[in-house]
Amino acid sequence: MTGADAIVKCLENEGVEYVFGYPGVAICPFYNSILDSSIKTILIRTEQNAAHAASGLTRVSGKPGVCAVTSGPGATNVITGIATAFADSIPLICITGQVNSSLLGSDVFQEADITGAVESFVKYSYLVRDANDIPRIFKEAFHLANTGRKGPVLIDVPIDIQDAEVKKFVYLESVSMRTYKPTVKGNMVQIKKVVAELSRAKRPVICAGGGILSSDGEKELLAFAEKHEIPVVSTMMGIGVMPTRHPLYYGMVGNNGKPYANRAMNESDLLLMVGARVADRAVNQPDLITNNKVLVHMDVDPAEIGKNVGPSIPLVGDAKHIFEDLLLQEFTCEHKEWIDTLNGYRQTMAPKRNPDPAYVDPAAFITLLSEKMEDEGIYVADVGQNQIWSCGYHIVKKGRFLTTGGMGTMGYSIPAAMGAKLAQPDKQVVAVCGDGSFQMSMMELATMRQHHVPVKIVVLKNNYLGMVRQFQHYNYADKYSVVDLSGSPDLEKLSSAYDMKYLRLENMEKAAEKIDEFLRDDESVLLECIIDPMDLV
Amino acid sequence: MKKIYSVLVENRSGVLCKVAGLFSRRCFNIDSLAVGETDDPAVSCMTIVSSGDKRTIEQIEKQLNKKIDVIKVKTFDETASISRELLLMKVKYNKSNRRDIMEVCDIMKAQIVDMSKSMMLIQMCDTSERIELFINMFKTVSIVEVARTGTLALQKCNETEQTS
Repeated sequence: MTGADAIVKCLENEGVEYVFGYPGVAICPFYNSILDSSIKTILIRTEQNAAHAASGLTRVSGKPGVCAVTSGPGATNVITGIATAFADSIPLICITGQVNSSLLGSDVFQEADITGAVESFVKYSYLVRDANDIPRIFKEAFHLANTGRKGPVLIDVPIDIQDAEVKKFVYLESVSMRTYKPTVKGNMVQIKKVVAELSRAKRPVICAGGGILSSDGEKELLAFAEKHEIPVVSTMMGIGVMPTRHPLYYGMVGNNGKPYANRAMNESDLLLMVGARVADRAVNQPDLITNNKVLVHMDVDPAEIGKNVGPSIPLVGDAKHIFEDLLLQEFTCEHKEWIDTLNGYRQTMAPKRNPDPAYVDPAAFITLLSEKMEDEGIYVADVGQNQIWSCGYHIVKKGRFLTTGGMGTMGYSIPAAMGAKLAQPDKQVVAVCGDGSFQMSMMELATMRQHHVPVKIVVLKNNYLGMVRQFQHYNYADKYSVVDLSGSPDLEKLSSAYDMKYLRLENMEKAAEKIDEFLRDDESVLLECIIDPMDLV
Repeated sequence: MKKIYSVLVENRSGVLCKVAGLFSRRCFNIDSLAVGETDDPAVSCMTIVSSGDKRTIEQIEKQLNKKIDVIKVKTFDETASISRELLLMKVKYNKSNRRDIMEVCDIMKAQIVDMSKSMMLIQMCDTSERIELFINMFKTVSIVEVARTGTLALQKCNETEQTS
């Protein structure tokens, strides 16, 4: 057995179904061995998207997605995808080919110090120096990626190591690392303190972050919120922790969130921040969430607690386990008035829009689209104005909402939607992007066609990099610089070049019919919506 | 606020780079850094002296603990530890100041470990403050070169402490 065979065997042992990647000489032994396995390979059109596709797969399957690329430029191209996964705490396994061990450090053709380059974007990285270490390294890598604060792990494998003989292949059942023992269960003393505060609280609020989704704790959160009637708001990464129209859910917080969600958070007297980083876009004035209130910060990563804001009660642990423990505690938490107040805010503070009827109104369109989507459908939002509209107007029923809230990488939606569709082929998967973000990933239409991945794509077209144009509108008195997207391709012709069905919507009149047609069959469709270029989120 | 971090890490290639990178990326100060093997050759000890406000100091400890290669982090004040630094300093001397130099060395408990007709190499092992003071005493003498190790520190003996 060669090192490459051993890598494939490790992936089989981990139940990997797909590898996303792009070959090159330095990863050829691996791509040769994988032909003898049942693992399917997806040839992505640029390496960055291999990581995004793996991320989409991870987020719906719960198992780390895998990508495999070559040395040098292959490896450096994948960095943005890795950094995106890192910022959003998405587990990935990224295998990079590397030049011959004996040539390491001599700057030969396609050599890049990838473990050095990704150091600040990975949870951990390995440079394999002995093929016999492969089973241990892969076992550790999957364990590290998918436990504690989840994240990407990179394994750099020189070509001679892939070709070297592995004497004995033993894939261990469990991992023991003396330096890595994440805390999963919350400390009971701290949990009791939270309960004591909850029984005193008159205006409690839970702010749910992506940590709840990554710990698979949605059910527990919902049960806990319903049991004690605690209002819930979420960060961008937390969208989908609860159905959007649940009476206790008050929407996304932050600069681009719902005004009443921010008000709920700021006026609360007890705030439970769960699996959220308290970064600037969600909480731009940290003092507002600490003044006159008890702040409980729960996170599986102790370093997040106290990083951006000092909590009154720190609670380290996995959201699912903490809510399970909280559900076992009996206490009363009465605050009927507070719920009434918040419902009043929801009525009176809803943002008002005055859309131009000559165009598609993205807000109304997204709501209509999500209402018409299957209940368990997966909605993938890209980055830009489209993301903010998606966050604000998409209705999550029982499905998932995927986006990159941490890194905000344009072009995420199409590859991530592909990964999600491959993981759950029976689910409806819709990617919604702008004309800027679409063009960052449109090469993947070929991947969708080649591998028969029927993702549905909405392009909100305004011929601008809308989010930046909006920023220049507010901050530079409409002096637009480098935001005009003239020169973009004709999307109808582009769709036909890829044998893809194309639909166009110019205003809201025929929206319902067009959306029905768009969603009808399990096939790839591109729906172009012409939106007002001057619209603001 | 000054803090000393005694960080036990896996003795692997790249670990120093990861720890140093963590400090630079998050804008934490490194006043000094000393690395060496411990009694277990698989484990290295990094002694890092850093300063910052309360939150920074707490973050440094948490971020260090988060590193997969870090086995254990001990944080302590200078007062709770014994810390030492080694200085090697080469100076030029002449007939007129040779006595003075030797006298200062004597008072400060430094040793002259090598000598030529015009230069001497002085060694001193002491706290950073005293080494600073010693170097200052030589401002009027011509210093050729100076090398310092950075602080090494261990917590003061404490009967309740467990052996690792």
